This record gives sequence, C-alpha cells and structure tokens, in this order.
Amino acid sequence: MSAISETVLILFAARPILAAVPLSPTNIFAPASTPAQTIQGLSLLVLAVTGAIFLTVFSLIFYAVVKFRDRSGRNSVEPAQIYGSTQIELAWTVIPVLIVVVLFLATVRVIAKVQNAQPPAGAVKVTVIGHQYWWEYRYENSKVVTANELHVPVSDPAHPAPTFLTLLSADTDHSFWVPRLAGKTDLIPNHPNSSWIDPQETGLFLGQCSQYCGVQHAKMLLRVYVDTRANFDRWLTEQSAPAVESDAVAEGRREFEATSCVNCHTIRGTAANGKFGPDLTHLMSRDTIAAGSVTNTPRNLRRWIDNPQTFKPGCLMPAMGLSASQLDAITAYMESLR
Amino acid sequence: MSAIPLTYDHTASERKPLVEVLHEWVTTVDHKRLGILYILYALTFLVFGGIEATIMRIQLIRPHNDFVSPEVFNRMFTMHGTTMIFFAAMPVLFGFANYLVPLMIGARDMAFPRLNAFSFWLSAFGGFLLYFSFLGGNGLYGAGNAPDVGWFAYAPLTSQTFSLGHSTDFWTLAVLLSGIGSVGTSINLIATIASMRCPGMTLGKMPLFPWLILVMSGVAILCISPLTAAQVMLLFDRYLGSHFFDTQAGGSAVIWMHFFWIFGHPEVYVLAIPAFAFASEIIPVFSRKAIFGYPVMVAATIAIGFISMSVWAHHMFTVGMTAAGNIFFVVSTMAIAVPTGIKIFNWLATMWGGKIQFRTPMLFCIGFLFQFLIAGLTGVMLAAAPFDWQLSNSYFVVAHFHYVIVGGILFTLFGAFYYWFPKMSGRMYNESLGKLHFWLFLIGFHLTFDFMHVPGLLGMPRRIYTYEPGRGWDVWNLIVTIGVAFQAAATIIFLANLLWSRWRGAEAGSDPWDAWTLEWSTASPPPAYNFATLPEVKSRRPLWDLKHPEDPDWHYE
Repeated sequence: MSAISETVLILFAARPILAAVPLSPTNIFAPASTPAQTIQGLSLLVLAVTGAIFLTVFSLIFYAVVKFRDRSGRNSVEPAQIYGSTQIELAWTVIPVLIVVVLFLATVRVIAKVQNAQPPAGAVKVTVIGHQYWWEYRYENSKVVTANELHVPVSDPAHPAPTFLTLLSADTDHSFWVPRLAGKTDLIPNHPNSSWIDPQETGLFLGQCSQYCGVQHAKMLLRVYVDTRANFDRWLTEQSAPAVESDAVAEGRREFEATSCVNCHTIRGTAANGKFGPDLTHLMSRDTIAAGSVTNTPRNLRRWIDNPQTFKPGCLMPAMGLSASQLDAITAYMESLR
Repeated sequence: MSAIPLTYDHTASERKPLVEVLHEWVTTVDHKRLGILYILYALTFLVFGGIEATIMRIQLIRPHNDFVSPEVFNRMFTMHGTTMIFFAAMPVLFGFANYLVPLMIGARDMAFPRLNAFSFWLSAFGGFLLYFSFLGGNGLYGAGNAPDVGWFAYAPLTSQTFSLGHSTDFWTLAVLLSGIGSVGTSINLIATIASMRCPGMTLGKMPLFPWLILVMSGVAILCISPLTAAQVMLLFDRYLGSHFFDTQAGGSAVIWMHFFWIFGHPEVYVLAIPAFAFASEIIPVFSRKAIFGYPVMVAATIAIGFISMSVWAHHMFTVGMTAAGNIFFVVSTMAIAVPTGIKIFNWLATMWGGKIQFRTPMLFCIGFLFQFLIAGLTGVMLAAAPFDWQLSNSYFVVAHFHYVIVGGILFTLFGAFYYWFPKMSGRMYNESLGKLHFWLFLIGFHLTFDFMHVPGLLGMPRRIYTYEPGRGWDVWNLIVTIGVAFQAAATIIFLANLLWSRWRGAEAGSDPWDAWTLEWSTASPPPAYNFATLPEVKSRRPLWDLKHPEDPDWHYE
C-alpha cells in the first residue's frame, strides 16, 4: 500500500537524524548513569508504542485523503450519509484505553525506581545551590566548597558509589540537567529537592541550567567530572586544604582584600569570606570560569576581572574599575590559587 | 431553498463619512462587528508575536550569535508567548465564536451585547497596556523595558527583588484585564447558547460548533479565575507587602506554579476546542458527509473539558513532587489522549466514503489532522513523567506545543478564515493564493517545528539567548530558522489575499460551499439583524433538509 511505503520512506529519511545523535555530548539517548538509563528504557517503549500508533493512523488518514477525493466534479450526487456506529466508536475507545493502561504501568515502575532510591552507605553527598548564573557545590562531611565544576567518583556496578544531590536555590528557580546522567530536577527557593547519579564511566559530562532564571540563564553551564575513585579522593583532599600562600603574589592578595572582592568571594585561610560569588580557594583547579562558559586561561581571567560584563552581560559581578597594575596583581594572585 | 428568505440591508451600501463609520465601529454592540474587531485585533498581535519569534530565530541561527542582547532576547520570548496566547489566540477564537455562534443557532445577537463590547475593549486595553511597557516599563536588574520574566512568569523572578521597575506590573495588569474580558465573553457565550437557540434547536440538534464553544467557555471560566487570583496576589506581593510568592519571606514559588498551570493547561484546551469546532464544521462540508458520531464528539469534548482541569501539574514533573503526585498527573494526562484520539478517528470516519474537495479550508484541516496526531503523540511521550524529566523545558517541549498551537490550532484557524471569509465579507478569496499560502506555510511549519524536536533530544534547554558550539545543535537551529522565512512569506500572502479579496474578490453569494448550517441561510455579509425571520430547524443540518426534502436528516436523528 502506497501509504505504508510513504511512511517507511519518511522513517528512512529520519535515519541521518539518529546517526547524528551520538555526536552530541548532551544526548539523552546516550545514558551513562542508572536514572538516565532507566528513563531511556521507558522512552524507547513509549517511542515504539507512539510510533506504531503514528504509522497506523497516518496511513489511515493518508488512505482516506487519497481514496475518497472527489473525482466527479461539483454537481455530482452527494455520497451516502453515515451518521455513526456504536461498535466502531467502542473499538476506538477501548483500544486507546488499553494502550494508556500499559504505558501508565510502565511509567509507574520507572517513577518508583528513580524517585524512591535511598542512598547506600558509601554514597557521596553533595549540596547543590543554584545562584543567579552559577552553581555552588558543598560536599557533606568535608570542608570542600567549589563552584560550577562538580567532581564525583565513578560508580562501578559491582561496588556502587552513587552521588546523591540535595538541590537548593539562593535566589530564583534553576534546574539541574546533565542529560547523560539523569533527568532534570529544579532548584527552587524554600523547596529542597533531591536527585542522584551513578555514572558508570569516567569523563566529562555536560549540561546546563534548564529553568529560566534571569538575564544570563543561557550561560549557567554544568560540568560534571567523573573520576576514578583514587583520583576523586585525591581531588577531595586537595580541595579541602586552605589556599596556598605565596609571597610572590602578596601584592595581588593585598589588592584583593582591599577591594570589595571579599564581599562576595571566599578564599579559605584568608580574610575573604563573602558568600555571594563562587569560592575561589582552588580557582586554578578548574578548567573554566563564568559558570563553564569561558576557559580558565590567564588572559581570560584578567579580562573577566577587568569587566565580567563583556563575557556575560547582565551577570551580577560588576566591573570594579581596576587599574592595569591592580589587574595584573590580582590576576597573578588568582593564578596562584591551585 | 426558498423557505428561509434572504434579506439584503440596502441602507448599508450608502456611503457614510469616515468619522461616522469609525464611530459606528467603536460604539458597536453587534456581535458580528465585535467578532470582526476581535479578529482584526488578534491578527495585529499575531504579526507582533511573529516579529518577536523571528528576532529570536535570527539570534539562534548559529552559536554565540549576537544579533540581540540577552536582555532583548528574554523580552522577546516573554512578549512572544504572552502576546500569542492572550492577545492573538484567545481573541481570534473569541472573534470567530462571537461572529458565528448567534448565526449558527439562529439568534439575532449575543445574550448580552453590551457585556460583549465591554469584554472586547477590556481585552484590547490589556494588549495595549502590554505593548505600552516598551515605553513605560523597566525590567530585571540592568535590563530594559518590556517584561522579561517568561510567559509563565515563575516566582520569585517576578518579585520586587528580581524584577525592578514596572515591566512585570504591565505584564500582570495586561493578563488580568484580558482574563476578565475572556471571562465576560465566556459567560456571554454560555448564556447565548443556553437561552437563544432558534425554535426546534434542542441541544441535541445544535451544530457541533456551538456545542464545542459552550464547553470551551465553561473551561475558560474555571481556569481563568485562578490566574486572575494569582495576578492579584502577585500585585499584593509587589505593592502591599504580602508574601504569597516571596520566597525570601517564606512564600512559595511552587504555589505560583500551581496557580499558573491550573490556568495554563486547561488554556491549551480553551484554544484547542474551538480549533476542533472549526474542523468539525469544515471537514463534513468538504467531505460532503454528515459528521460521524455526533453524540460521541459531544461526549468526547465534555470529557476533554473535565479531564483538562486535572492535568496541570504535568508541567511540574521536575519540581520535586512526590511519586504519588507524579503518578496521578501521569494517569490524568494520558487519559486525556483517549477522547482526543476519538475525535481524530471521528473526523477520519467523516472523510471515509465521502467525496473530498480540496478547497483551501479543507487543505488546512487535513494538515491539522496529521499534525495534531503527531502533537498528541509527543504529548503522550511528555506525559510519561520520567521521559519528561529529560524533555521538560527543552526544545522538544517547545516543538511539541508549537505543533499543538501552530500545527493544530493555527492551521484550523487559517481554514476557518478561508471558510467563513465569504460570509463575513460577501466576497470570495483567491483560491490560488490560498493554496500557495497553504503549501508555503506547510513547508515552513515542518522545517521549523519538525526539526525543533531534535535539539531538545540533544539537551538544548529553551529560553537561552545563545548556545555553545560543539553540542550538535547548530544545524538543527539553522534549519528551524530557515523555516521561519517560509512561514513569514506565507503569512504575508494570507494577509494580502484577505485584503485584496475584501474589495476585489468575486461576489460570494449566501452559500458558496453548499453547506448545511444556519449561517449560510442568510445574506453575505449578514444584515445587522441576521435573519429576516427567525429560522426553525428540525435537525442538525437545517440546510441539508431544505436541499434534500426527499431525504432529510430528521428521518435519522
């Protein structure tokens, strides 16, 4: 039947789309963690069922449109008037009801599996706090506070080490979405949420804020680094140490502490203990600045300190109007924070 | 055919001074003139909303584009959404309902003509207020003028802390006014349908169009009230020191979401049910068959109306509801697919065995059938809460609801324009231009909204003014933007066709489609009093009975 061959053709036309899919680092169909995998399983079932319905109904409509077109000109006799049929109506009521029941039951299983998971003894616990245009991470039972780049251990299915996230917001609504690890969960002020991931391969997983949170919602990117257990433990130890002290950058430190930088930023072990901006204690251990949107190079860092609005217009860090020598000194100080 | 006399209003053809004509339009309480005012007003805002969409699509044509600033982009999506829902879709549907319901039920006007005019001007004032914000407003910190909090304006972004100045107030007041206008018109439609049907027209003999408008009006009253309440609470928060949604003082952002979406989801059906109503009139006429399963169509519409009131929190699967809460909204949302599916099957059965004439209105309705099928199926995907945890707030959702609103509602609306244009203007539109409009718009629609699903599956969230390269989103966004050019060209052809045909089109006559409902029994355009003598009907298709006295419908109904 021509209708079916037509739809098959359309499906073949869609194949390049599917082929392009693995090219994206944020593809929901390339899961690497249990919640994302479980969701993918359900998604494929739903896609198969809706795909079958689509093919059937599409073919029927297509057939009707082709078959019953008026070939006889305008002054022909009217076709037979049919007002309805109880049997047919019943059939196309009951069948969809059965399909809905199947999909509903499959959905309930997945909701229960993902939402009711309890953290096992070895779970890593991190509090994620959404701020206007950046992410704060606080590791439980540790001094570690960092920003924008989340580090978690790989979770070997034989020895699961999932990471459980408590999601809070300091200001407006945000949403934590790393598509290859889990579905998204919102961060809402006064409404603590939770989520969990157990990535089964090491590497960098990308995502970004997916609830509109203000001017720079677009540049509130997420980077999740999945490390081997040993590397993760080493990272955690390094991060819990106070800031490195170095006389070579004493000038920059003095400038930093003398300007209003300290009102917003914390550098542990120094007088800087502001809470509004990212913790800078180990700034240079991060690959990016500006919530993942700018690579952390000395040149970018200097330009950022000079005027953050050139990278992220509307972000809350103002241009401080620093002189060139102040900029050099503060940039040098920042570069010492390893 | 001669049983219902046509009466031409000869005085109408005398030329009057422009001032007098304008004065008549501004002070009119005639349902037909108010309907046309609603429609013209909505078309104006449709163009505004379209320009805003085009600006967004140009900005997103490639990663790290800087066609507009983030502030402007955020204003554009807020204004686009608010404009299209409240000031394009709602008024255009109310316009058609206003124009057609009294004609179809054989009445001389709406039940409350003055309330009708009041509601229209209230809604119109809301739209003017919204756009006045470009001059009088002031946005988020460091931002400009028009509202920039998104069309669902989640708390606490709307609080004084995050939204300085008055842009949010303009948004709130505009939505508040348009909501009161919509409730007024809904009450009016219900009263009209309940009490002004012509002799013989029992509810069971009423055409589907007024039936569906009746259900839509009921849903509108129920769902707009919470929205209006929420807007008042938001104004209290912003100016009288209350803390309903002020999270910094212990208020709840989630409560706003509930208030908004218990409006927001039924609203989809407030828009979709009139679209179903257009399809239920146009498809039978151009298939030359009675609608299949009339009682089931009515029952399915009522079921949709009821179920639509219980599905709102499927917009909130990611806000951290309990598993039980999520499960409830999964089942209610999936359940609504059943009556919606029944409707599609009944339209299909109406075409089955008919003699389908591919005039422009029918082309748009056939496009609607295919596209609404796809929109419904992506809706089922989103109803599966865990799938929604991935898809929510992604471009997949944006593609889905544009499939509903553009592919479903706007397509039938274009069909309705072409179908009733001869009745409203007395002139035929240009069929070739109409078909060109259909094919261009179809191509543009599919380029834009088919391919828009893909970046969503690849992790692209909505409402971002720019995106990173290397995410595999670039090519899809380029195709999506190219589609906009086709849609814009098609819309210009549509408007040109209407304008040209209004003055230069061929005389339409009273019944150009050989149709069956009462509006086709009077002159085109109808005189102010609609019918010289009130008609009397014996079946759902009174004109069929007239044209086929040997085989009238009332033998079977």
